[in-house]
Amino acid sequence: MSDTTGSGPMLAADGTPLKESLGRALRRQKIRALALIAPLLLFVLLTFVIPIVSMLVRSVENQIVSDTLPGTIAALSEWDSTQGNAPSEDVFQNLFFDMFNAAEAKEHTKLGTRLNYENTGLASLFRTSGRSMDDIGEVFQDAIEDTDARFDDGAFWYEMMSGAGGDTLVADRRARWATLTGDSMSGDIGFTPSQEIAALLPMTATAYTDFAIWTAIEDDDVVAEEDPWEAVYVALAVDLRDPSRAAAIAGYNGAGADALQTLTATEMPDLTFADAFADLDEDWVSPDVWETVQVYSPSYTSGYFLNSVDRELTIDGVEARPQNEQLYIKLFGRTLWMSLIITSSCILLGYPVAWLLANLPVRTANVLMILVLLPFWTSLLVRTSAWKVLLQQQGVINELLVWLGFVDDANRLILMNNSTGTIIAMTHILLPFMILPLYSVMKTIPPTYLRAAKSLGATNWTAFWRVYFPQSVPGIGAGSILVFILAIGYYITPEIVGGTDGVFISNRIAYHISRSLNWGLAAALGTILLVLVLALYWVYDQIVGIDNVKLGG
Amino acid sequence: MSKIETTLPRPDLFRFTMPLTAALAAIFGFVGGNMVAQPWLGAVIGAVIGCAIAWVAETNLDKRTAVRWGVIAVLALAGLVFGNLGTAVSGALIGAVLGWAAYWLANSDYRSSVPIYYTPGQTLWHNTFKFICGLIFFFLVAPLIPVMWLSFNAEDFFTFTPEMLNFQAEGYSLKHYRDFLGTDEWMVPLKNSLIIAPIATVISVSLGTLAAIGLSQSHVPGRRAIMAILISPMIVPLIISATGMFFFYAPLGNWLEANLGLSQSFVGFVKVILAHAVLGIPFVIITVTATLVGFDRSLTRAAASMGAPPVRTFFQVQMPLILPGVISGGLFAFITSFDEVVVVLFVGSAQQQTLPWQMFTGLREQISPTILAAASILVAVSIMLLATVELLRRRSERLRGLSPA
Repeated sequence: MSDTTGSGPMLAADGTPLKESLGRALRRQKIRALALIAPLLLFVLLTFVIPIVSMLVRSVENQIVSDTLPGTIAALSEWDSTQGNAPSEDVFQNLFFDMFNAAEAKEHTKLGTRLNYENTGLASLFRTSGRSMDDIGEVFQDAIEDTDARFDDGAFWYEMMSGAGGDTLVADRRARWATLTGDSMSGDIGFTPSQEIAALLPMTATAYTDFAIWTAIEDDDVVAEEDPWEAVYVALAVDLRDPSRAAAIAGYNGAGADALQTLTATEMPDLTFADAFADLDEDWVSPDVWETVQVYSPSYTSGYFLNSVDRELTIDGVEARPQNEQLYIKLFGRTLWMSLIITSSCILLGYPVAWLLANLPVRTANVLMILVLLPFWTSLLVRTSAWKVLLQQQGVINELLVWLGFVDDANRLILMNNSTGTIIAMTHILLPFMILPLYSVMKTIPPTYLRAAKSLGATNWTAFWRVYFPQSVPGIGAGSILVFILAIGYYITPEIVGGTDGVFISNRIAYHISRSLNWGLAAALGTILLVLVLALYWVYDQIVGIDNVKLGG
Repeated sequence: MSKIETTLPRPDLFRFTMPLTAALAAIFGFVGGNMVAQPWLGAVIGAVIGCAIAWVAETNLDKRTAVRWGVIAVLALAGLVFGNLGTAVSGALIGAVLGWAAYWLANSDYRSSVPIYYTPGQTLWHNTFKFICGLIFFFLVAPLIPVMWLSFNAEDFFTFTPEMLNFQAEGYSLKHYRDFLGTDEWMVPLKNSLIIAPIATVISVSLGTLAAIGLSQSHVPGRRAIMAILISPMIVPLIISATGMFFFYAPLGNWLEANLGLSQSFVGFVKVILAHAVLGIPFVIITVTATLVGFDRSLTRAAASMGAPPVRTFFQVQMPLILPGVISGGLFAFITSFDEVVVVLFVGSAQQQTLPWQMFTGLREQISPTILAAASILVAVSIMLLATVELLRRRSERLRGLSPA
């Protein structure tokens, strides 16, 4: 107690100033609390929050186009779609090499599927064209091998292309394959391109390095023993088309120099890539296809989101989709509307029951509460199958009505596979979520208020409407938001009793995940739904507070 | 002070009890007559029977039990004579209702729960309200009854056969239960569910309880935000959680398989268990924090002042007191996992097929009443879980009542 009499700061028992000591204690307390929470927080972040974020990312992610066709996209940036012409030869040349590699890695079909979401028909265009890349290559391969038969030999090629100083080229191409396939593509390939040949025949060196990496790592073969693939011959022919090369080759004296010099003297096939692709499929020279490729070439796209609201991205900006493809706005509207109906019917059915439970003697109320909690604890699938049993055309309700003669056997009521079925079943399933919050709010309203109102001359109705009801509004709010949030995300029940008219947006998300495999669109639809739910969650938190959620009475 | 005795005049037989009983009986008669396309004749017969019952009740007020059984017996017999065992049971049920209604009216029971000053209109509304609530309770519970009844169907139908309605023994069998218990088609999913749910529960309960204790400390920075994150798995629609997990867990699983050399089936179970554990966490947090609100902090201080280290204080003082909350949180987590189908559909593979998954595919594709047997067993399980949670809640309230506020 001497501290108070002294002039210095108040001291704790150990001699430190009290303020500091308390501060330290508080800090320690905070750290201890956080240390207890940390494991769970980390667990939830890892297993839940990150997956949700990955979904958000996927809804805008669009690297597949630039990953599969990098050269084509770069060349295509020069192309002006408003001219109405096909792109230049340069674009097609790049397309050949991109497609060749993609077809080897079997990635071209994925790209086709991706672009098919935006422009129907592109899936088959990419799939069939991918198979034909070898045919284009063989035109050049035959011409080169006819000129000098040594070009038919893998060992000859290996000797000609190997050397020193081409390590950066290998690293570059390795990274390129890694982007394309998603594998790491690491490992020794037993080949280094020569710096000299890479300067002399740049495209050939690139194509051969691609071939070497694929052969060594994916096929597990020895590069020197394998004959190069067609793209290498095409690259050589393209390199030789450049008239300035002839002089350089004439001065070259490395391995295979004489063979290359013979080649420069011969005429190569004058096939243009544009013609070759046009031969495969007329669509390749259609500006429409190239517009789609150009619009969806950036790594991130708003395309999926626009698709989710029945819009599409075109070269001229955002446009509405054709009438017959418009689906999602209607579906979102229906989801919200039906959730609203379900919420209202839950209020309608839940309010009297909650009132009764709150005003009965505790013992009776506890017994009746079991009737509310039993469906709450019963498996969702059990309740859904119960409604299927009740509602179907040969179901219990129809059978009973036919047996009693109220419904003609031929005109049974259609209660299932439409929105009626979904609304009935979901009202039943979500009703406990309305009754429980309502009950816990009504429990806190003193019954004396009603009596006081009546003793002052209010009628039953006035007493209820002016005194009791306003006090129960927080319960209605809490229950409604809870039921609404649960309803708009429901999947199982609409899937089983909803048919086609009674399904929600979540059924469409599941469809895109498991059937159509349009994951980007599923992610975009999910993101919109998530934003909607989080907004409601925020409102709920403001009104009720998440700490006040109670379970089971 | 002696209780003020009031006797209400009993209602008049001919102006009240008889017409109302007759009207109720006429409704039953109308419905019954409708079966043989003679609704109005049925209504008239019903009204006559109703009058008779009302008169018998009025004249034998003190022999309530005997008269009610008599009415049941007479109507059941009539059903048996004109129809079969099924109509006899309906007759007995109608008799029970009519007998009860006649005494309820004749004996003024309908006024027993309203204040004496209520007008007839108010009394009518009071009873109508009770009737409406009864219908809502019926709506809540009744859908489960046909499921359990139909699970004993001898045929492979999802609907009642005439034999079942006539209560003939050959209409019933246990074959769907045998199918459920005897085939791998159902036993393997049940086994998977029983592997996944308990492990997921243990993870959510242990991490969740720890965090709930942390959250209930007096100074937690960012408490609201942390709480919001921890509760979010319950709020975010399952389909969205499932979509996110589908995107994230597939590469994670591939990485585990490739880099740690784990088998595909094991990794599949790990993925589903992690997903289910995180879905159960909000329930544990909510129930345990609710229990901790009433926890008397001076108990831990007392333990500490007597020299108990924090861990010992936790296990010997705090844990026994919050155990009911922890267990009911665990049961919620268990039922969440045991009942979950969307996430497991997206994250798991065929090797992790759970019971709800099998039921879901069954409901969507092949219609087999074995589903109803499975459903009935699940209803039994949920009744047991409900009873446990209720007992724990009461125990918790009792314990809380003992500790000083």
